[in-house]
Amino acid sequence: MTTRTRGARAPLASVGLHLTLLGASVIAVFPVLWILLTSLKPAEHAITTDFVKDPTLGNYEYLLESSHFLSWFANSVLVAGVTTVLGVFIAATTGYAVSRFKFPGMKPLMWTLLITQMFPMAILIVPLYNLMGDLGLLNQPLGLIITYLTIAVPFCAWMMKGFFDTIPVEIDESGRVDGLNPFGTFWRLILPLAKPGLAVTGFYAFITAWGEVAYASAFMVGEENLTLAGGLQTFVTQYTSNWGAMSAASVLIAIPAAIFFVFAQRHLVAGMTAGATKG
Amino acid sequence: MAAHTSQSVAKAAGDGVENDAAARGRSRRTDSGNTRGLRRALATHWYAWAMIAPVVLVLGVIIGWPLVRGVYLSLTDANERNVARTIGARHIDATYEFVGLDNYTAVLGDPVFLQRLVWTVMWTVACVSITFTLGLVLANMLNRDFRGRAAYRMALILPWAVPGFVSVFAWRFLFNRDNGILNKILDGGGIAAIPWLDDPTWAKFSVVAVNVWLGVPFMMVALLGGLQSIPGELYEAAEMDGASAWQRFRHITLPGLRAVSMTVILLSTIWTFNMFPVIFLLTRGGPGDSTEILVTQAFREAFVSSPRDFAGSATWGVLILALLMIFALVYRRSLRKQGEVW
Repeated sequence: MTTRTRGARAPLASVGLHLTLLGASVIAVFPVLWILLTSLKPAEHAITTDFVKDPTLGNYEYLLESSHFLSWFANSVLVAGVTTVLGVFIAATTGYAVSRFKFPGMKPLMWTLLITQMFPMAILIVPLYNLMGDLGLLNQPLGLIITYLTIAVPFCAWMMKGFFDTIPVEIDESGRVDGLNPFGTFWRLILPLAKPGLAVTGFYAFITAWGEVAYASAFMVGEENLTLAGGLQTFVTQYTSNWGAMSAASVLIAIPAAIFFVFAQRHLVAGMTAGATKG
Repeated sequence: MAAHTSQSVAKAAGDGVENDAAARGRSRRTDSGNTRGLRRALATHWYAWAMIAPVVLVLGVIIGWPLVRGVYLSLTDANERNVARTIGARHIDATYEFVGLDNYTAVLGDPVFLQRLVWTVMWTVACVSITFTLGLVLANMLNRDFRGRAAYRMALILPWAVPGFVSVFAWRFLFNRDNGILNKILDGGGIAAIPWLDDPTWAKFSVVAVNVWLGVPFMMVALLGGLQSIPGELYEAAEMDGASAWQRFRHITLPGLRAVSMTVILLSTIWTFNMFPVIFLLTRGGPGDSTEILVTQAFREAFVSSPRDFAGSATWGVLILALLMIFALVYRRSLRKQGEVW
C-alpha cells in the first residue's frame, strides 16, 4: 500500500490527516512532557501552569540526596534483573522443545503456559504472600523475584517458542547429521541464532517486573525496601503530595525504559502476536 | 502454533486419562510389556522431557502449589488473625478452619459482587472497544505514505515506552482537582473545574481514558503490522474495479486484519479485565468504591481492609479465574464457529 503513489488525495483530506495525527500526538506526548517540565520547576512552583520558570534541578537533588529513591532503584534493578535472567534461563530449553518436538505432555504444557499468562494476580497473591511469610521472604528481594517468576517463566517460554519457530528446522537437521544430540544442536546452533529473540524476551520480562505494582505493593513495606512502583506511591499519598519529587522520579524511571523500548518495540509486537497468528 | 494448543483441554486431558488407564490395565497383565513401552517412550522423548523439566518444576512449585492452596484457602475462614505467623521468636500455628462453600455463597449472595462484575465488564468493554477503534484509525492513517510519518509514529508510541505506573501518576497529577493542568486549561476557557477523580461518574470516565491512553500504542503498532502484511495488489485490483475507499476498507482491510485483530482483542480483554495498576494507583477504587474492579476488590480484601480477609480474597481470586476461563472458552468457540483456525 505504501508503494502506491496517491497523488490524487485531496488537499482537504491531507489537512484532515495531519490535523488528526497532530491532535493524537499531542495527547500522546503532552502528559509525558508535562511531567518532564514539572520535574524542572522549583518544588513550590510544581503546580503552576508556567511552562518553565526558574528551571532547577532541585527536585532531582532532593530525590537523590534526601529520599530513598536510590535504594528503590537498586531494589527494582535487582529484582527485575534477576527475574529476567532466571526467567530466560529456565524457559529457553522449554521454548525450544515445544517448538521442535512432538512429545506426550506437550499439549497440556502449551495449554498451561497459555492459561497461566491470563492468571489474575488475585488468585496467587494470597497464597504466595502466606508462603513468603512462612519462609521469611516478605520484604526481601528474593521473595519478590520468586513471585515474579510466576509471571516471567510462562511468558518467556511462550514468547521464545515463537522465536525458535522462525529459525529453519534445516539447521537442526544439519546439526544432527554432524552428530550433535538435541542439546548440542540447541546450545551450539540454535541458541546463538536466537540471541535477538532472547534479548527481546528478556527485555520484556524486565519491563514487566520493572512496572509490576500489585505484588510489589503488598509484599514490600518499609521505606527502603520498596521497589520503584511502591516508592513512587509514597510521594503522593492521601496526606502529602510532593509533585516535584514525584515528577523527577518519574523521569528517572522512564528514561532508561524508554530508550530500550525504542529499539525493541518492533520485535515486541512480532513476538507477542506471532504466537497466535501463525496458525 | 496456537493451532496445537487449541485442541481442547478436555480432549488433551481425556487422552491422558485413557493412556493412564490403558497403561495401568496393561501393567496388571504384563509388567514387562509396560516397562518396555515406557522405556521406548523414554528413549524417544527423554530429550524433550529433560528440556521442559525446569519449567514444569517451576510451574508446579510456584504456580501449581499456590493455586491449589488458594483454592483451599477460599474454602476456609483464614484471616490475618488465625493464619500461622511468627511474632518475634514465637511461632503461632494456624487456627483457621474448613468452612466449605460458605465464602462463595457469601460473596455471590452479596450485591457487591454483581456491582463489581457489572462495572468490570463495562470497564473492559469500554476500554477494549475504544482502544481498538482508535488503534485501527491511527494505524490506517500511519499506513499511508506522507511526510512526517515517522515522527507521528514515534510520538504516538511514546505512552507505551513509559512504565505504566509512571504514566498513571502523571495522569493523577494532570487530573488533580485544584492544581491539575486539565482544570487550569478549562478555567482559562471559563469552564468550572471538573472533579475528575472525586466524582463517581467522572472517576469512571478518567480511569477509562487513562487506560485507553496506555493501550492505544500497542493496538496501533500491532494493527500497523497487520496492515503492512496485506498485499498492495489487492487494493490496486479493487481500485481498478471502482471500489470506494470505504469498500476497500470493509472488504480488504478488515478481513486482512482478522487474525491480528482477534489476537489483540483477546489479549487486551484479558489485560484490561485484570488491569490492577490503573485503578489502584489512580483512584484506589474510589471515590467510595465506584471504580473498584474485581481484581482490585480481591486485593483490597487481603491487603487494604482490616482485618485482612485472606479467605475472602482467595474466593474473589477463584471467581475471577473462573470467569476468565469461561470467557476464553466462549471466545474460542465463537471463533471456531466462524471457521477461524485459532
